[in-house]
Order: sequence, then C-alpha cells, then structure tokens
Amino acid sequence: MMSTESVSNEAIQQAREQLDAHVREIVQWHFSPETGSPFWLDWAEKSGWNPAQEIESFDDIIARFPHFQDEWLRDLQPDVWVPQAFKGQPFNVFETGGTTGMPKQRIGWTDYKVDYSEFSEKISDDHFPRDHYWLMMGPTGPRRLRLAIEHLANVRGCSCYFIDLDPRFVKKLIADKKFDVARSYMDHVIDQAVTILKHRKVSGVFTTPKLLEALSEKIDLWEAGIRGVFCGGTTMDPQYTRFLLEEVLENRIGFYPTYGNTLMGLAASVPVTKEDNFSITYYAPQPRAVLRVVDAEKTDEVKDYDEWGRVELTTLTKEFFMPRFLERDEALRREPRAPYAWDGVAQVRPFGAMEKKIVEGVY
Amino acid sequence: MSSIPHIPCLRKGAPYESLDQIEIKGYSDGQTLASVSTVNGGIIRRDLRRIDQGKAALRKFTVDQLIDISAKAGEAFLNGSLPLGDKGHTQSPEDYIRTLSSTSGLPHVMVKRNMDKIYHALTHMRTVLTGLTRGLDFSILDKGYGAQFGTRISYYSTAKALGLVMPSNSPAVNSLWLPAIPLKTPVIIKPGREEPWTPYRLIQSFIAAGCPAEAFGFYPTDHEGAGVILDSCGRALIFGDQNTTAQYANNPGIQIHGPGFSKILVGDDQIEHWPDFIDLMAASISENGGRSCINASAVVVPKYGKEIADALAKKLGPYKPTRPDDRGARLSGFANPKMAEYIDGAIEQDLKESGAEDVTAHYRDGSRKVEFEGGTYLCPTIVHCDSIAHPLANREFLCPYASVVEVPQSEMLEKIGPSLVVSAITKDPDFTEMLLDSDLIERLNLGAIPTMKISWDQPHEGNMFEFLYKRRSIEREE
Repeated sequence: MMSTESVSNEAIQQAREQLDAHVREIVQWHFSPETGSPFWLDWAEKSGWNPAQEIESFDDIIARFPHFQDEWLRDLQPDVWVPQAFKGQPFNVFETGGTTGMPKQRIGWTDYKVDYSEFSEKISDDHFPRDHYWLMMGPTGPRRLRLAIEHLANVRGCSCYFIDLDPRFVKKLIADKKFDVARSYMDHVIDQAVTILKHRKVSGVFTTPKLLEALSEKIDLWEAGIRGVFCGGTTMDPQYTRFLLEEVLENRIGFYPTYGNTLMGLAASVPVTKEDNFSITYYAPQPRAVLRVVDAEKTDEVKDYDEWGRVELTTLTKEFFMPRFLERDEALRREPRAPYAWDGVAQVRPFGAMEKKIVEGVY
Repeated sequence: MSSIPHIPCLRKGAPYESLDQIEIKGYSDGQTLASVSTVNGGIIRRDLRRIDQGKAALRKFTVDQLIDISAKAGEAFLNGSLPLGDKGHTQSPEDYIRTLSSTSGLPHVMVKRNMDKIYHALTHMRTVLTGLTRGLDFSILDKGYGAQFGTRISYYSTAKALGLVMPSNSPAVNSLWLPAIPLKTPVIIKPGREEPWTPYRLIQSFIAAGCPAEAFGFYPTDHEGAGVILDSCGRALIFGDQNTTAQYANNPGIQIHGPGFSKILVGDDQIEHWPDFIDLMAASISENGGRSCINASAVVVPKYGKEIADALAKKLGPYKPTRPDDRGARLSGFANPKMAEYIDGAIEQDLKESGAEDVTAHYRDGSRKVEFEGGTYLCPTIVHCDSIAHPLANREFLCPYASVVEVPQSEMLEKIGPSLVVSAITKDPDFTEMLLDSDLIERLNLGAIPTMKISWDQPHEGNMFEFLYKRRSIEREE
C-alpha cells in the first residue's frame, strides 16, 4: 500500500526539475521539423515564436501557451497530430464524451500502455491477484479505457471479461427524461455482469461507481470472489465514497478510485481513509501529464490549497502534446502526498456542479 | 456538546451521521436550528433488504400492547422532554413548538393545535383501529387467523414497511402513519426538508414508550432516495402537488396525498339561511392557516354567490399577520418566500381572465402578499367567480383561499370534480342520496359541519388497515 506521509521539499524540488526537463524534451520533439506534428509546426509558424527554443520549463508553458481548444480535436483530421517520427505507423483513434455531434478524438500508439503499466505497480496483489481474471463493466467502444484495462490485466498476468455500456446513449436517455429505459438498460448491463460472475472466476472488477452499487445489489461481491475494485468515470463525493467503502465493499474489498480520460491517461488516488473524511485525492501521472486547479475566471492563477477551482490538464508525451486544456471538471487543490511530489486534485466533480444539475448518467 | 443539534438518519432506529448534512434555518431570522444528515438511495435500499428485522421486532408485541405503547407515546409527544439528535440535546414541548414554528411559518397556536391532533390520534388508537378494522378482534391480527362475526377470518400483511415521503408544511399529516405501528408495520420516513422535527419527535416518543427502535427508518434524502422508499416498501404514502404525485397515480401500492379540493355545497333547501353558515364557511377556509387539504377551497351555492363572497371577505379580509407567538394568530408565514410570490402571482394572473373578482381586496388593508417582521405572508383571498369553469373556481393554494361560485344544485355533482371533503349543507333527501352515491367525494359531511372536522374512527384518504392488510380465505383442520 502507498504511504500517506508528507513529502519533503527536496522531493518536490526534484519532481519539479524532472518535469521541467521533460517539458524541454517534449516541446522540442513536437516543434522540431524532424519529429514534430503538422499541427504544432503550423501553429508555431502562425504564432510567430519558436517553442522549441523558448520553452525551458513548465512555467514557460503556462506563460506562453494559450488554452488548448477542444474544437481542434473535433474539427481536424487525426493525421495532423501524427509526429513526423511516427509517420507511417498505424495509430489507435480514441474518443471522449460525444453525447451529440462529433466527439473529440485523440490518436495514440503506446501511451496507454505506459500509463497502465506504471499504474500496475500501485495496486496490491492481495486485491488484484496475479495470473487470474478481471471483469470490466463500463464504456468500451471507441474509448482508450477498454484497451488500457485489458493491458493492465495482461501486465499482471490476467485476462479480462468485458461488458459494454454506451454512456452516450445513457446521457441521451436521461436528457430526454426516459428514466425507465435508462433503468432497463442499466439492468441489462448488470445482468450480463452477474452472469459472468456466476459462471467464471473473477477477482478484480473495473467499473463506474453507480454500476458498482447496482452490481452489489444483485450479487454478493465478496462471495462472488471479488477482492479488488478499480473505479472511476463519474463523481464520488466523500459520503458516496464512504458508502461504497463501508456498505458496498464492506471494508474488505480493495478500492482504487481513479480519475482519467482519453486526453490525460490515468491519475491514481492515495488510499481513501476515514481520517481524510473519505475525500479522494488524485495525482496526475507526472511528468507525462500535469493537473492544476485554477481560478475559473482568471485561469492563469492557481487556487490555494483546499480551495475549489477548475481543472486544467497539460499532456506531455511524444505521442501527444496538449497544453493547458480546461477540463469540464472542478476540484479541490491538494498538497503533494507521498509517493507523489506534486499537487493533487480532490473531490472532482463536473464544473459548475453546485450551480446547475449536470447529467452524468446512471453509469 | 455542539451548540447546534445534529439530527442523524435512523437506520433501523440506529443513528447514522452522514458526511452530507444540510442546515435547517429559521425562515425569518436565518438562525441555524439544526444540522440534518442526508443519505443516498443506495443506503435506504440496503436497509430495506433487512427490514424484516423491524417487522419481527414489532411482532413480538400484541396489537393491544402496541396500542398501550401508542398512548404512552402520545403523552411523551405532548408533554415529554425527548432526545433531539445524537449530540446530547433534548427537546421540550415548548422547544418543539418554537422550532417548528420558526421553520414552517405556522404560528405557535397552530403548531400546538396540530400537536393536540397527533396526541389525540395516539391516545385514541383503539378507537382509530376499531374504526379502520370495523370492530375486528385484534387478536386475529396477532395470531394471523381466528373467528369473529360467525366466520373464519385471516389477514396477512401487504407490505414489509410503510414508506412515507412527507411534506414540509403540515405537521398534522404525520397522524396518518401512526396506526402502522400498532398494525405491526415498520415505518420508513423521508421527512420534508424543512420539517424533520415532527417525525423525529414521534419516533423518539414511540421509542421512549417502549416500541422497538428497529421499527423506524428516518432518512432525509434526495429525489432518488424518495423513489427508493416509494418503490421498495410495498406500501407508501406520498404528499405533494399534482406535479410531484402524478407519476404514482396508477400505482395501487402508493397512496397519494395531494391537494384536497375540499368544498362546501349548499342545497336549494338551505340557501335562504346562508348568513347562518358564514362562520362555518370561514372556519373551513381559514383554520390551520388554510394549509390543509381539508380546508375548503370552494363554496358552491345555487344562488347568493356575490353576497356570500362579500360576507366571507368581510370576515376574513381584515386578518393580518401577527407575531408567531400571538395566541390569536390566524395566518402562517412562508418558509420559502418564493412560494408566496408564486401563489400571489398565480392568483393575480388568473384574475386577469374576466369573470372573477378578488372580493377580499375591498376589506384588506394593502396587498395580498405582505412582509411582517422578516416573514412573508399571504392574506385571505375570497374570489367570486361567475362560472365554475373559471380557472380560479377550483384551485387550492397554501393560504386561506376559496372561490365562491353559483351552480344549480342539479348540476353540482357533475361539476365539482374530485373532492377530498365535501360539507353538504342540505336536508333534502334526494340531494343527500345523490351525494351519497357520488364517487367524487372521499369524505362526506352531511349538514352544517366544517370541512376541518376529523373523526378518528373514520378513514382519511383511504383506510390504512385495508392498505396494510389483506384478507385471505382460510380453512383449518380442527
């Protein structure tokens, strides 16, 4: 299990230096004609400055780059994002959200494997025994998550069963107030999972909070052999987290909340404890991605610790560069916590959740 | 001890402090009076799976013993100092009155009247159950079968619990669920957001009187949680307006308690004596601040409509807001001022349609909506309508409001629509027979009886015994 000790200033400084070095490497990669992508080379030409020469640190990214526009991922053909160094290599096309119209698309080759191989080191063998079987019940389709979970299982010597859930359909049903159909669809998904759990040996589950709750009402998870649950996708406020831990998982099944999406990868959480009032804090897979909690009105400014702000994501890999993307989420900014020597984001929820009702769906 | 009481959820009677809490504040001074734990539907669903334990705990008692416990609970409710929450606070009857008044807007005198009604129901539970069961020997419910009236009788319970989605504005409606306890049915309560006080105090009264705590679920919760209670208990009551309750209209397991559209009808044979009935009409319209479903919201007469409207307006129009502790208080404040604004706007909007006049405007000093010492009030409103088809003729609002409309006696029953209570002032046998034959009237008062009169041996909006029990055929080898 991970430590909950605080982090030394030296460790924070070291992480910062590592991030800055990584920033220089990635920016040079994307803005050099030999390796960079058509989009960023074209952007640099139009903007009149050369990031490859002028960006020295992560602070420079914040100071010099505007917010990444999600329309670019909707409107442009995917090949504009192919770095020269990857030219000719077929890529995966992963999609996010997309309730209506064209979804955002991100291309990739092996980033998801890097993220999830690293994540494998953060989960316990007691909860996710090696050389066994997993079940994923959640959005598959065009999402990175499906391949990522299978890779994670495979890294640990496991194989994974899949039950699909189409979140776009669920969001439409709820927006159209077709609650009966939404409930029926959820039951359909759960029934399939119950069938698998009754007939196959499974020890680890990936799913969303609401599906986990619904599954636990149909089958005794512990008796079914489940020892670890890896959960993400929608909001888990502290009381709901406590409900999952104490009532659904009965304080005996390992619980690993995660925050992630196609654009970032996977942010792991520090262990959820009663002492933290069941508040979940996530840490980005730095230096490949950086999360900041910024003032929603003045996005150049970071909020103070334990204050709410909008989540801003910067992705820094050789496959994909995305500076300062404003997520549709808000969170509390949290201090570094071992083993993470950088800021965390806590109690993530849809941006504006306190002001308006957000359709997150039954999933 | 924290200075502010915390009201926990009660899961099979055991306190549960949630991380999600809301604060209940006085409506006029904004003072925080308690924090209340709220839970999600998932917790309720889980607890309901084990509700049989609550039922088993009640089964250990006979109906007679539970009737005695109810009576003791009545005494505790009216006079006792009872636990308020899980942080060591207690609540005296005076505290209860003051607190409920400050969150509901009901003046003290009306809270006390509601308290007395609940006390009466608890201390007359034998009469209540005898009325509901039509004189059933209660030992038949204890044993599950028996013989009475010269025949074999067996009843079985229809529900694992009685679910309740309660309102915030009318504490006396809690009296509706009280028979469930002596009928050995656990109660699962979602209190109104602003009114945890009455159901919590009642639960504490029952527990203090010796009732098993496992028989009570108290779940301040959201819309999803309310749905779980309504869908999962087997039998449930919901209180709310038509928008809230319409989706449950065809569900036989759910009793809907919405607007009553209660009315006073005067027959041709009595209309010449109309001045004699003005006090009765005014009381039916305005008692309890005009907030009950059994308050009259229309007076339907064959003639003298204008005169009756004027007389009622003259009597009710001068009513003004008073301090909550004024013993002569007649109006309730609005905990949510927007509700008062909405009602006032709705009445004004419909008055623009020709054929209706706010007669009280002549006798009222100022506007209908008034501010008084930080509270918002709606003054009595009597609207004369020249047709029962007018949008204001058959409406119900949370204030002393009624229309007065002329309808020929021969057409009254065709036109009044569903009515929870009808007080029909008539001695005409033919009209009486028509009234008795009507399926639109839930409770019928024949004669000069206010709509607000409650008889505890009569069912109210459905018979709770028939809701919670069904008779089965039985043969048993001797």
